[in-house]
Amino acid sequence: MNVEAVKAIYINEMRRTRKTLMQSVASPVISTVLYFVVFGSAIGSRIEAIDGVSYGSFIVPGLIMLSLLTQSISNASFGIFFPKFTGTVYEVMSAPISFVEVILGYVGAAATKSLIIGTIILITASFFVELNIAHPVWMLFFLVMTCISFSLFGFIIGLWADNFEKLQLIPLLVITPLVFLGGSFYSIDMLPDVWQKISLLNPVLYLISGFRWSFFEVSDVSVTVSLVMISVFMIACLLAVYAMFKTGYKLRQ
Amino acid sequence: MTETQSPIISIRGLTKTYEGGHQALKGIDLDIRKGEILALLGPNGAGKTTLISTICGLVRPTSGTVTVDGFDITKDYRETRKRIGLVPQELTLGAFDVVVDTVRFSRGLFGMRADHKRVDEILSDLSLDDKKDSIVTRLSGGMKRRVLIAKALAHEPRILFLDEPTAGVDVELRKDMWRLVEKLRESGVTIILTTHYIEEAEEIADRVGVISDGRLLVIDEKENLMSSLGKKQLIVDLRTTIPAVPESLASFDLELSDDGARITYTFDTQGERTGITALLQAMNEAGLGLKDLNTSQSSLEDIFVNLVKTDNER
Repeated sequence: MNVEAVKAIYINEMRRTRKTLMQSVASPVISTVLYFVVFGSAIGSRIEAIDGVSYGSFIVPGLIMLSLLTQSISNASFGIFFPKFTGTVYEVMSAPISFVEVILGYVGAAATKSLIIGTIILITASFFVELNIAHPVWMLFFLVMTCISFSLFGFIIGLWADNFEKLQLIPLLVITPLVFLGGSFYSIDMLPDVWQKISLLNPVLYLISGFRWSFFEVSDVSVTVSLVMISVFMIACLLAVYAMFKTGYKLRQ
Repeated sequence: MTETQSPIISIRGLTKTYEGGHQALKGIDLDIRKGEILALLGPNGAGKTTLISTICGLVRPTSGTVTVDGFDITKDYRETRKRIGLVPQELTLGAFDVVVDTVRFSRGLFGMRADHKRVDEILSDLSLDDKKDSIVTRLSGGMKRRVLIAKALAHEPRILFLDEPTAGVDVELRKDMWRLVEKLRESGVTIILTTHYIEEAEEIADRVGVISDGRLLVIDEKENLMSSLGKKQLIVDLRTTIPAVPESLASFDLELSDDGARITYTFDTQGERTGITALLQAMNEAGLGLKDLNTSQSSLEDIFVNLVKTDNER
């Protein structure tokens, strides 16, 4: 394996992140604070506790997931879309590297950035609500797995998109609804029966549920199912990227 | 000399048909010698860029094989690609990159350990010292070209591809570039450049290959190419104008200018006899007075135009 190449891509991507650090960190922090002011304090004080967890605390895992998913996707998709757009991708394609190095470099950097943002949001949240994390190791595990899988997913979008519109399309039309309807702000027990069943088709539900369990030991679905789902999603993304590189998809004629 | 004779790149029966059905390469056989400067000439769309893109791994061959230093470009791509540096035709650079960072990135990408001193040397060779910390988008076209060369050289490749290196480049940079190419060659780097400027090939190449419509029409030492395909011309200015070439001179390949004051005689430099003496004698006998004589040799450009023209007519 070409370790130097992985390092080079990773460092290069992190450098790009550093240049836009303020906006990458400031925007999720500000939106999180706003969510807490509105949902946690203003509305949340009138909402009763869910499964014994105050509403303000209940939404923390969902909020972190919301940011992680959107950030992972946008970072990773932009990371590969931009070189395609400017043409500099020729260098990566002519380098002595396989898809493994490309993934480790680009997706690794995007996931790292998401992880940093997730941690910052967690710290911000702790100023507003009391957070007792029941299973810190599992919490970290879900956090890392989510960052990696959705960065992979973002990478696929970046490879697929051939214009800026497509780049925005999936996050906007698919991810945001899935996160909002995946139990970020409520437990699916609150939904009518039919909608509960429909919600089970939403992959993001399993992520949020598992993540929330690691905090409060309450979950919509069993933790095992959550773990299986996130693993399946990650493997599916890996296979997709592998296939894309194997066939040269939009990268190599 | 034996070392320079062994091929560093060997291409056999290489074809490429793009998805749309366009056949860019129609069976290329080519050996590139270690340490030479090879110029690939050809009109736009001839397949030059496809050829080098295939060797560099940007385009997948449809059929045929390419080996670099004995390694197959598909099976052993890691071995072949680390030996190759590519300077693309387009000025493609990341919008926010800083010169020194992007060159260091290239070095790492091709598997070389970080070496800031070496990168600085490369930048200095390309007169980029004072632009080291500039953002690439703020540089002029010529400077961007230098940065691309620096990137291609960052991993100290044994083979360098320059795709249309002097397109849109000013005279000064062109001279700089040729100096660099010479220096690289002295250090043993094999250089392949594509161009449609003949002077470029004429100036620095050891061998010249002509590509047209996906085929390699000819490849030879520059001098051989000039002498085997080159024609010489004798231009005779007449003292008085004539309406037509006299009958007695019909056996010579002559052309009379429109004003009837100049006769051009084309002859082959390879022929045993040039026929100049006979012509001059015949002209004397026909009573044509001579004012001036001139000879000229066809340039690579003429050769090239002729080759491509004949190929198109086929």
